[in-house]
Amino acid sequence: MLAIARQRILGQSFQNIRPAVSVLRSYSSAAKQITVREALNSALDEEMSADPKVFLMGEEVGEYQGAYKITKGLLEKYGPERVLDTPITEAGFTGIGVGAAYYGLKPVVEFMTFNFSMQAIDHIINSAAKSNYMSAGQISVPIVFRGPNGAAAGVGAQHSQCYAAWYASCPGLKVLSPYNSEDARGLLKAAIRDPDPVVFLENELLYGESFPVSDEVLDSSFCLPIGKAKIEREGKDVTITAFSKLVGYALKAAEILEKDGIYAEVINLRSIRPLDRSTINASVRKTNRLITVEEGFPQHGVGAEICASVVEESFAYLDAPVERIAGADVPMPYAANLERLAVPQIEDIVRAAKRACYRSVPLAATA
Amino acid sequence: MATAFSAAKFSTQPFHLNPTSTTSHDSPLVFANPTSQFLGSTRKLHLTSSSKFNLTRRSGTVVAVSDVVKQKKSKSAPTLLITKEEGLELYEDMILGRAFEDMCAQMYYRGKMFGFVHLYNGQEAVSTGFIKLLKQQDSVVSTYRDHVHALSKGVPARAVMSELFGKTTGCCRGQGGSMHMFSREHNVLGGFAFIGEGIPVATGAAFTSKYKREVLKEADCDHVTLAFFGDGTCNNGQFFECLNMAALWKLPIVFVVENNLWAIGMSHLRATSDPQIYKKGPAFGMPGIHVDGMDVLKVREVAKEAIGRARRGEGPTLVECETYRFRGHSLADPDELRDPAEKAHYAARDPITALKKYLIENSLASEAELKAIDKKIDEVVEDAVEFADESPVPARSQLLENVFADPKGFGIGPDGRYRCEDPKFTEGTAHV
Repeated sequence: MLAIARQRILGQSFQNIRPAVSVLRSYSSAAKQITVREALNSALDEEMSADPKVFLMGEEVGEYQGAYKITKGLLEKYGPERVLDTPITEAGFTGIGVGAAYYGLKPVVEFMTFNFSMQAIDHIINSAAKSNYMSAGQISVPIVFRGPNGAAAGVGAQHSQCYAAWYASCPGLKVLSPYNSEDARGLLKAAIRDPDPVVFLENELLYGESFPVSDEVLDSSFCLPIGKAKIEREGKDVTITAFSKLVGYALKAAEILEKDGIYAEVINLRSIRPLDRSTINASVRKTNRLITVEEGFPQHGVGAEICASVVEESFAYLDAPVERIAGADVPMPYAANLERLAVPQIEDIVRAAKRACYRSVPLAATA
Repeated sequence: MATAFSAAKFSTQPFHLNPTSTTSHDSPLVFANPTSQFLGSTRKLHLTSSSKFNLTRRSGTVVAVSDVVKQKKSKSAPTLLITKEEGLELYEDMILGRAFEDMCAQMYYRGKMFGFVHLYNGQEAVSTGFIKLLKQQDSVVSTYRDHVHALSKGVPARAVMSELFGKTTGCCRGQGGSMHMFSREHNVLGGFAFIGEGIPVATGAAFTSKYKREVLKEADCDHVTLAFFGDGTCNNGQFFECLNMAALWKLPIVFVVENNLWAIGMSHLRATSDPQIYKKGPAFGMPGIHVDGMDVLKVREVAKEAIGRARRGEGPTLVECETYRFRGHSLADPDELRDPAEKAHYAARDPITALKKYLIENSLASEAELKAIDKKIDEVVEDAVEFADESPVPARSQLLENVFADPKGFGIGPDGRYRCEDPKFTEGTAHV
């Protein structure tokens, strides 16, 4: 994380970036730290004040200040007509958001977690994603569906699924997943301004984490492009792709690997659909080894798609089989130790990188 | 609460029609009684005529309604409901709907049309009765049985026919098809295949109208939305969710139930615990009206009130139109489960024949004028077929078009630039 800030300031790429707080303090433009929650809140605030057509809708977004306090203060500022507390009717209010978007309003629909979006998935896919195509361009749907995705801590099977792969397989949707505060601000602003339906997958455990941001990020017109991944850390030995919370894990794994002389390149996907295949492939052609990291179920997951893409385009460059790290192929257990086993950990990434670099014996395939 | 009580009143009698309606709603089981009137018009039932059509095949039978001719006579006695121009407009619209749908059936059996085609024959009174009262900026949301809604709203017959043939000149360039008629210009918002899917979208469009007036301060924005859906949809969760939210936020929407008693082969009475759909309105705090959907003039009267309510900002209304589809659910449906006597009964109440009779008996139009309209519409439909036949099929490059409004959604190509910027992007097979 500190490494990213340094890259931004100096605009150069460093091979070996040592996280050193003392070095950072000398660069004043990176001094401000904001949490992901503040980043999202400020992005929503700025977009709502810039465009009166933007409005929020969801359970507890108003008087409760947001189930995870992302929409704090917005009800007081913009009033109940623009920050709507809905009844517990995902299918209904998502459809209402889509209908409003048909007419040029820009709803931001919050799902308390993306697990609840399954009750509304008909509208996300059939009424939102497919409409521009079915109407041959007459009806575009400038809507954003946002909320926490993936596992939190101890919330059980029905509150822990990662939906990146499901939504990313559907044409007509754009699927974004930010990692740090800069990603959160830039991608949410881009999503709200985008004329197409965007599924914005946040992560509950990241909401409270602080990251340094530059002044440019705090500017109200700051926006990140949709469809471009970011190389968080440059390396030459192995490429690790990740999104959302696992980018942090991948960066920590990269630091551990560095001690063993393996320099990992960490790619923060940012955009799951469209996937930045060119960045991924360029990186694999450089390092010749790939590890994909995700939190969701392994079958038909994001890693599977990345692996297929790399095999299609850069097969000759691969020196080792692509390693996929994903959540365990089970519904999320409740017990804390089992939950830890069901979600990728930093050690898993480190082990996989070593296997890919032929520094250790491959594990036998488990069930 | 005042609204709930006044709304409850609406469920037992319509606002301005004959106040001596004797509908009995106390116990839902009463409908098995052949003299019950729940499916009848809001007028008094004529017992003599109802006994002729006593269908007792299943429990909870469909009971015949009053004879249309008798009602017409009593209706025309006080004042005429429509002027000559309006009458001819209604007639023309219904004939267009009927002729178009009949032509669709022909074209389907000739192989020019394919996939799922759901025809609207018999239900024209509902579409014409409601949609002809709308302005261009009002919107209509429908289901897969949407050809006639699109036509009534003003989408040209040529565009609809081309769309059905899958040609590039169709209203959605051939990308939508029979079930997905969209028109930005005429504010037809689809065209949804899933039942119940259009209702929240319609509620959202009504929400936008209210938002524009109150938040964006477009003071004269009084656009109304009509949501058309069937009896089967009224058991779907989304229907209830939207009744709740529309009444809660007082949205300018009219929920129009086209109760044709059948959801493919499932009779409404077999599927619904309380078949009186209009009663579900007051449960959510809005008026629930039941109207004879085979009579375009009655539908029009009810529609005027409901649309007027919405425009004045008084909130939503639930209107149940008792109607019937003369053909099967779709052109692939053999339609074996419906009783021929039931079909014959409703065929005798054909809305077009009824309106024709009304116009002639009240000297609003002559036979010759009506025949001229018939001929004109035949020509319009023939022209639409010719146009569709001669139109080209979509080019291969159209496959990848319009997935996104912002085409950068296709991502970045191997050369590092956005794929959509590559002029060769939409050529050849889809390779994304």
